[in-house]
Amino acid sequence: MAISPLYAKRRVINVMVMGCSISATVIGITWLGLVLYALLLNGFSAISLDLFTQMTPPPGSKGGLLNPIFGSLVMTLVATLVGAPIGILAGTFLAEYSRGGRFAEVIRFINDILLSAPSIIVGLFVYELVVVRMGHFSAWAGATALAIIVIPVVVRTTEDMLNLVPNSLREAAAALGSPKWKVIVMVSYRAARQGMLTGIMLAVARIAGETAPLLFTALNNQFWSTNLNGPMANLPVVIFQFAMSPYADWQSLAWGGALLVTFAILVLNITARVLTSWNSFKK
Amino acid sequence: MEQLQEMTSSDTETVHSGPEEREPERAAPVSVKRPTVSRDKTIPARAEVDKVAVNNLNFYYKDYHALKDINLTLRDKRVTAFIGPSGCGKSTLLRVLNRIYGLYPGLKATGEVMVDGVNILDPKQDLNLLRSRIGMVFQKPTPFPMSIFDNVAFGIRLYEKLSHSELQDRVEQALRRAAIWDEAKDKLKQSGLSLSGGQQQRLCIARAVAVRPEIILLDEPTSALDPLSTQKVEELISELKSDYCIAIVTHNMQQAARSSDYTAFMYLGELVEFSETEALFTHPQKKQTEDYITGRFG
Repeated sequence: MAISPLYAKRRVINVMVMGCSISATVIGITWLGLVLYALLLNGFSAISLDLFTQMTPPPGSKGGLLNPIFGSLVMTLVATLVGAPIGILAGTFLAEYSRGGRFAEVIRFINDILLSAPSIIVGLFVYELVVVRMGHFSAWAGATALAIIVIPVVVRTTEDMLNLVPNSLREAAAALGSPKWKVIVMVSYRAARQGMLTGIMLAVARIAGETAPLLFTALNNQFWSTNLNGPMANLPVVIFQFAMSPYADWQSLAWGGALLVTFAILVLNITARVLTSWNSFKK
Repeated sequence: MEQLQEMTSSDTETVHSGPEEREPERAAPVSVKRPTVSRDKTIPARAEVDKVAVNNLNFYYKDYHALKDINLTLRDKRVTAFIGPSGCGKSTLLRVLNRIYGLYPGLKATGEVMVDGVNILDPKQDLNLLRSRIGMVFQKPTPFPMSIFDNVAFGIRLYEKLSHSELQDRVEQALRRAAIWDEAKDKLKQSGLSLSGGQQQRLCIARAVAVRPEIILLDEPTSALDPLSTQKVEELISELKSDYCIAIVTHNMQQAARSSDYTAFMYLGELVEFSETEALFTHPQKKQTEDYITGRFG
């Protein structure tokens, strides 16, 4: 069959567009690959048992990252426990109760701004609100700042996931005489469960690596501390401090810490992915 | 056409236990009207009891006038079919009867819909209670994302506190009633989503029947099903007729002719003709009805 000139032209354009898209993808992925490569190369040598059992050392002596690992876990946990329920409830309001009203529009808009707000602003806000009033840095302040970052992420994902639940399901539950809260808890939440969980995990992944809000709030602590009312070590700030230092052993620890954080985020993201695909598979 | 023995079936045993056995919230004005009398066995088989009376019903989607001055009566223990071209308002009418439209803003109904003499359009009406008396099955099967057992138990648990064995009995009874027990009995713990489309729809019917409603609304229940499942659902409808007042919306005229006692033909939001099914299909009074059932439009 003869190929018409128009079709030939389309084929050329197709090849060109495909070429551009592929090279753009490659350029994007290359940097990510290089970052991960450097991280693995430098970070892997820093991974040892000491990293998980020793405190952050003064320059020149041996040590690990136990206190910042603990601090990061605690603050992330507290922030998630505070932020996730608020986010879920607010997202539920937007998706289930607001019925497209003006008030909900405003909240949605503000939430989107908060979602993309620079985290350093959140840090400064909590600094003014909590740290200045309490008169000292504290893990509570750090967790508060992280919670403020968790909320908009969870609000957004919760609303999106609840919007995916078909209305016919809500109608079916309502048609049985079910009060609204029961429709939401028993049907909507169940149907959107995996997606909502994914949203929370993405929020955790987001705050696990946040540095700016902690710089102004939890600060850092060279020693073991379980006191949430005082400064607490955490991985991002320790990485920031150690990586900028002139000491080779501190730098090595910073690489190790960076690898840990990246690995944790990777695991969270993969889990979130698996949960979502499982969800869509079931439907 | 009508089997006489249907009426003598074990009505009272499957019928509501009355307000006293329900939770306190059920004892609202509506349940006082629970028609324990009208469901008595003493009613002769052919007696027609008016269950729902629609008087001058108008319905609006914001500015769109979807139903215009509808007047009709649904009889207890009879099947009433609603036919008409798409968009004629038959589903809308059905959605007024259990006020499910109330879930969305901007919709308005005026006029009267009397169920056992009580106007359900009254704003003071408790909607949850009302809907527990009026079951509904939708076009697409809507199993909840939970086990088959929990799907059926969902509605029961809303209004009754039963021991586990009582609950099991009720679930089995409902599943048997909906002719899906044999297929589902070995996988009650599996997700309702694991069933086929036709089974899911029968599960939804079981779920609706399980709460022992008085009226069952079926909104094109077989339009998403294959012929075999359709047949099963239709058999089910004629089986359920002995206990309930049934309203069915359908695009399938054979289905209306086969399974209903009364048929309403609607067109552009108006009720064009309403009479006994046989009369409507053999001697339609209106030209529009005749054109529609003979396939000349629609």
